[in-house]
Amino acid sequence: MTATLTQAPTTEPATAPKSPARNGSRLKVTRPAQRLPQQKASGKPDPTAHLSPQQIEELGTELDAIREEILASRGAGDAAYIRKVINTQRTLELGSRAVLLFSLFPPAWFIGTAGLSVAKILENMEIGHNVMHGQWDWMRDPKIHSQSWEWDHASPADLWKHSHNELHHTYTNVIGRDNDLGYGIMRVDEDQRWVPAYLGQPLYNFLNACLFEYGIAAYDLEIGKYLKGRKEKETFRGDGKKVLHKIRQQMTKDYLVHPILSGPSFLPTVGANATANLLRNLWTHSVIMCGHFPEGVQTFAKSSIEGETRGEWYLRQMVGSANISGSKAMHLMTGNLSHQIEHHLFPDLPSNRYAEIAPKVRELMERYELRYVTGPLHQQVASAWKQVIRLSLPNGTWQEAKSNPLVVARLGAAAAAHYGTKTAFRVLGRVTARTA
Amino acid sequence: MSLPVLTPWSAGTIADRARRVAELVSTPLLPADYLDLFSPLRKAADLRGRVLAVHVETSDAVTLVIRPGRGWRGHRPGQYVRIGVDVDGVRNWRAYSLTSPTATTDGCITVTVKAIPDGKVSQYLVREITPGTIVMLDQAAGDFTLPPQTPAKVLFLTAGSGITPVMGMLRNAIDAMGDIIVLHSAPSAADVIFGAELRALADRGRIRLIEQHTHTAGMVSPEQVAALVPDWAQRQTWACGPSGLLDAAEKHWSAQGIAHQLHTERFRPTVLATGEWGTATFAKSGVSVESDGSTPLLQAGEEAGVLMPSGCRMGICFGCVVPLREGSVRDLRNGEITIAAPPDTVLIQTCVSAAAGACDIDL
Repeated sequence: MTATLTQAPTTEPATAPKSPARNGSRLKVTRPAQRLPQQKASGKPDPTAHLSPQQIEELGTELDAIREEILASRGAGDAAYIRKVINTQRTLELGSRAVLLFSLFPPAWFIGTAGLSVAKILENMEIGHNVMHGQWDWMRDPKIHSQSWEWDHASPADLWKHSHNELHHTYTNVIGRDNDLGYGIMRVDEDQRWVPAYLGQPLYNFLNACLFEYGIAAYDLEIGKYLKGRKEKETFRGDGKKVLHKIRQQMTKDYLVHPILSGPSFLPTVGANATANLLRNLWTHSVIMCGHFPEGVQTFAKSSIEGETRGEWYLRQMVGSANISGSKAMHLMTGNLSHQIEHHLFPDLPSNRYAEIAPKVRELMERYELRYVTGPLHQQVASAWKQVIRLSLPNGTWQEAKSNPLVVARLGAAAAAHYGTKTAFRVLGRVTARTA
Repeated sequence: MSLPVLTPWSAGTIADRARRVAELVSTPLLPADYLDLFSPLRKAADLRGRVLAVHVETSDAVTLVIRPGRGWRGHRPGQYVRIGVDVDGVRNWRAYSLTSPTATTDGCITVTVKAIPDGKVSQYLVREITPGTIVMLDQAAGDFTLPPQTPAKVLFLTAGSGITPVMGMLRNAIDAMGDIIVLHSAPSAADVIFGAELRALADRGRIRLIEQHTHTAGMVSPEQVAALVPDWAQRQTWACGPSGLLDAAEKHWSAQGIAHQLHTERFRPTVLATGEWGTATFAKSGVSVESDGSTPLLQAGEEAGVLMPSGCRMGICFGCVVPLREGSVRDLRNGEITIAAPPDTVLIQTCVSAAAGACDIDL
């Protein structure tokens, strides 16, 4: 239990007194004497290669200072903000559902559906995601707390918190550790090894966008891990029950109870609720794709995070995330995930404060010659989709296809026939082995 | 906010079934979460109160008039109520003696608060709170009350804000008590909370009031009590004030063999030693370890064999959050101290918190 720190400070004069927590934590206290640029499988350059270990720790100290500034000024105004958002969202949802009781009349259907869509988006993005991150735990209000919050979503809060807060935020963009990178079904970076199954990813991505909340539930359930035999059958069954229970409640509410309450408007209300859920799926999928998939975002090899320091962790978050620029309303509707870089640096700071630290983070990244990836929504969504389509093919094929489309098409068809059959048999074999 | 469990429709009363239908409508929230938007003081809601007025008592004390929610079950004179207020956005709970009559026509209750230097909550209540604010409440509690058979001769031995529960008794049961002496200490005449009311009662001969102004005369000692109230040993005594006064009184009454005639109420301020290390106790696991000020409690617990929830181990995922029942911990990232005192637990992140004194973790 004695701190290793007591022996360490000789190599760590500047930050040692501030960082006793690193002892016993995942992050290392001592700074490496030198660092080697990351060797990427694709041969892409490492955009952080120009930084020395000392510079990275200085950058970390500057970011710590930004965090402290927000913590010191966090108070009644922030508490009032989240309560106002929650009250507004609940009032909007109640109002919209009340209007939908008369959804037989087209104007009521349109107004109710629009209101419910906005309410559902706010509930997941600015409220649910951020509350479950613990951004508001400091208020000590048991009703607005990461430990008690449950959201309007197919995935139960505790499963989501594990896969999102613990895995994705800790291992952001580390190939093989962070399943958010292409959600385990897609290739979104040249450094991910290509396999033929990725050919279908433009289609999977579209389907995933339409059914996003169920995609997340399946993802939080770690179905892939289970099929590979790396998740206990008991745990998987238990989690599966929780997910099914949650989905049943969500479905009963949106597609049975509220339609029944609408009486003669039963079917229009079913349609309205389905539309609101679909719009939310498409919106959240687009926003979340913009967080880590656009061109310019970096990925990392597993080996590169061994013995990572806090500065190096910060650095990985900065170059592994991308922002969306836009109006205040846009930031609100994205749950401030438009400030993805700031969110990844400080996932536990209240979301309403990201906008004010964004210029500081940007200035800092530019000073350290790091690219602050950002752009308007349409541009970032297009960029992410382009990556999904381009990287469904092996590296270099996209460029090749532009000059020699016929050759590539022929080769592609042959390969598809060959690998398609093989993959189908392999997947089938795995599923039957696991379920038998 | 918990998920309702689907149970067969036939089970339970009609009210139960109605509640289950309402939960199907509101899931994943509870119906109450929506009703709170419009009616935070309704009967079935978590108990809250609305501050209706703030009356200045002295330069550093105010009386808050609070309309409690309809779930309020009333109180006995001398009891206290725990109030949860948000100071700088953070919820804090404190106990204050009720000073209002138990039966009022408007159903309001009052508490009287004295600002203590550096007292986060009392300073807020005395200097900042405005009418209209909603506060959280608990039901009244406490044993510092009069017995059903009110004694004929009573001594109230009080100091500072220790007069507040006594005022609650006087306002409710003054007619039931015969001979009443109030021996009260305060820095000066102007600092006596309820000074005008007490003096008026004394002028009308309802009580005998002995004021001790400590700026000039010092705190009342048990020996002085005997001198000022010669028949003190024949009286039932209710004492409330700082620990020094109560400790001395308890010793003195015990020495005379009449400890059963003394009833005390202590306002315990949450002052804890915050040092560089402490003993971390995991009561449910039956483990206690000496932990230094730089070892995260997560690590200390794990090394001692406690089954600790954990996650990112760097303070971002909130997967390791557990309740701190009592004691103080330091946030290793910025040195901030978090203190918990029963009955309120505070949730802490064990991966970035170290013991800053003795601490009792609910694991």
